[in-house]
Amino acid sequence: MNEMSKKATSDRTRRRGKVNVDKVTLAHGAGGKAMRDLIDDAFLDAFGEPDDGVLEDQARLLMSDLSAQGDRLALTTDSFVVDPLFFPGGNIGTLAVAGTVNDLAVSGAKPLYLTCGMIIEEGLPVETLRRVARSMQETAEKAGVRIITGDTKVVHHGAADKLFINTAGIGVIPEGLDISSANAKPGDVVIVNGVLGDHGAAILNARGDLALEADIESDCGPLNGLIDAIINICPEVRSIRDATRGGIASVLNEVAEDSRVGVLLNEQSIPMRAEVTGVCEILGLDPLYLANEGKIVVVVPGDMSDAVLQAMRTHEDGQDSVVIGKICEAPAGTVVMETLFGGRRVVDMLVGEQLPRIC
Amino acid sequence: MKYVDEFRDPEQAKVLLREIEELASQVDVGSNRPLCIMEVCGGHTHSIFKYGIENLLPKNIELVHGPGCPVCVLPMGRVDDCVALAETPGVIFCTFGDAMRVPGSKKSLMQAKAEGADVRMVYSPLDALELARRHPDREVVFFGLGFETTMPSTALTVLQAEQESIENFSLFCNHITIIPTIKAILDSPDLQIDGFLGPGHVSMVIGTAPYDFISAHYNRPLVVAGFEPLDILQSLWMLLKQMVEGRTEVENQYGRIVPKDGNAQALGAVSQVFELREFFEWRGLGSIDHSGVQIREEYVRFDAEKKFSVPDIKIADPKSCQCGEVLKGVIKPWDCKVFGRACTPETPLGALMVSSEGACAAYYQYGRLDLKTMAENSDVAEESADQGARSVA
Repeated sequence: MNEMSKKATSDRTRRRGKVNVDKVTLAHGAGGKAMRDLIDDAFLDAFGEPDDGVLEDQARLLMSDLSAQGDRLALTTDSFVVDPLFFPGGNIGTLAVAGTVNDLAVSGAKPLYLTCGMIIEEGLPVETLRRVARSMQETAEKAGVRIITGDTKVVHHGAADKLFINTAGIGVIPEGLDISSANAKPGDVVIVNGVLGDHGAAILNARGDLALEADIESDCGPLNGLIDAIINICPEVRSIRDATRGGIASVLNEVAEDSRVGVLLNEQSIPMRAEVTGVCEILGLDPLYLANEGKIVVVVPGDMSDAVLQAMRTHEDGQDSVVIGKICEAPAGTVVMETLFGGRRVVDMLVGEQLPRIC
Repeated sequence: MKYVDEFRDPEQAKVLLREIEELASQVDVGSNRPLCIMEVCGGHTHSIFKYGIENLLPKNIELVHGPGCPVCVLPMGRVDDCVALAETPGVIFCTFGDAMRVPGSKKSLMQAKAEGADVRMVYSPLDALELARRHPDREVVFFGLGFETTMPSTALTVLQAEQESIENFSLFCNHITIIPTIKAILDSPDLQIDGFLGPGHVSMVIGTAPYDFISAHYNRPLVVAGFEPLDILQSLWMLLKQMVEGRTEVENQYGRIVPKDGNAQALGAVSQVFELREFFEWRGLGSIDHSGVQIREEYVRFDAEKKFSVPDIKIADPKSCQCGEVLKGVIKPWDCKVFGRACTPETPLGALMVSSEGACAAYYQYGRLDLKTMAENSDVAEESADQGARSVA
């Protein structure tokens, strides 16, 4: 901490504002006292004050702190528009932090700082914002990152759906690491860290319009700890991707395409909960395309497979890690699956939204 | 998954496949062509591709993917009608999901939705009726689509609407019937089909007797088949057995779901609400007599075609498309001039490229496989199993 900020901290006398109404109104986005109160009440209360106690228009980071940890910055941004806001296993806040942390971590970067932009539809209960912010902070603490700057906008009823969150994040990539979806080589193996499709199925289920009664929780959570464990044991890990929208099918197609290799999956070894396969069966969806928010697809050299698996399985987020396939030379750019039934099929990129079949 | 996994057992499949190969070697259809078996239903097409069944069959058996995907055979003019209804002010247009992307002459329902039409994806006609109850100030139109499988639920929904006097609900009826269509295929001069896998879920409603004419007049065997991979293999086995023994009968493999006489209650509701149309237009196949149903006069106030003005303009299929020949089994999807080039799942020209049940989309998504190179990598299954595959189910 520099001299200036030490002084500011000691001089800080400002009292935090409080919101005394139940619902967010356009006034809370107008830049005046109401907005300041909302930021104090919902966000600063959860995220904490800046080191120097002064709310500037930007967060300020020491270059020397960053460069001590690696030689490249990783920067990413993601917007979160999930409906419903709260679902079994998490909420939009958990997602907004975990998603961005994971996007940083899969590059090998150590995630450090996040921003938080909120677009709020007028009429949203203030308590909802407080809950979301608290979840964001909890997730940030779990991931060891800090939310250090943000923005709040309130829009007219109908101009946004309840609450949208954008988080950007920066992290630092340690020297020598080169993790990329273009690095897969024939002979490598493909590992996932547990059951697939939970998040997608949980959201479908939580929307409630399907009248299904499945007990499925989203898997959303930060994975930088698990990724750390993988890199520690295997710094030559080829590729790590988080299998969010589009599921593992989309991620593996990108690896196949970027590395100009074939991916051969073994359906029998793909781990999935019976509840998730059940939901897919009923709705005519393919679980390979369902979103995950706490699952990574890892490609490592074949001879490191056992060591990586063991390291992953000793981590709490990787207990069910398993090899699901391997990288081969041909057909380049294509993902093929050996089906449960002994046949083979291409697992293509999803064209649009996954639409349920009618019969 | 209980009651499902039993029908996906690879060990039993191996036994069946051996016997199928044995039987197929005893059947001679002459003129050096493979044995052609049509699966009528899109659900079968989907399973066949999903489980990679085609690659497992002996080379002298060729599966022809038939017309039983209601989304695929919907002509462009009807899609235009859907869009017109969806764009009518005040209308909430409800559709099953996979009809969203079917191209009309100008746009699909998905594009209409993006432009502001209120198009909702539903899983059941009852969801549409619920929307009508919740929005009494709006007109809710349900896009009724499908064969006899989905017809009863639509019929029952109309009856429910009548019982509750829900006046802001109507049905845009595009339900079609399977029998006249199979007959049209059998009457086609370029036909080369030696046997049929009959549609299991249609038969659950109509029973097996309506297929009797196929064996009696056309001398082709038909086996009503279930949708799990072992169902399909067992049905193929039954077809081949008939051929070897010189029989042409209607048999029922899907006995656990399909009663011989069908479902009387469902048929009752269907005939109460619907009557046969004189003819109905099919994409790729043209107009087929008595192949569609419409709402009876008594329920006309629930008929969206009467309630709203629907353009009802016949639009010719794009000239370059050969959907019809693919549907009849005359050519394979990849023989079509535009397959994979102008016509892809992203920008489908023909309907067979739209739904995952359409033969072209299935080939495009699941079938583009260089089997030789893949065979060289066939040891992945054992390796992954060694490395500790865990069953979480």
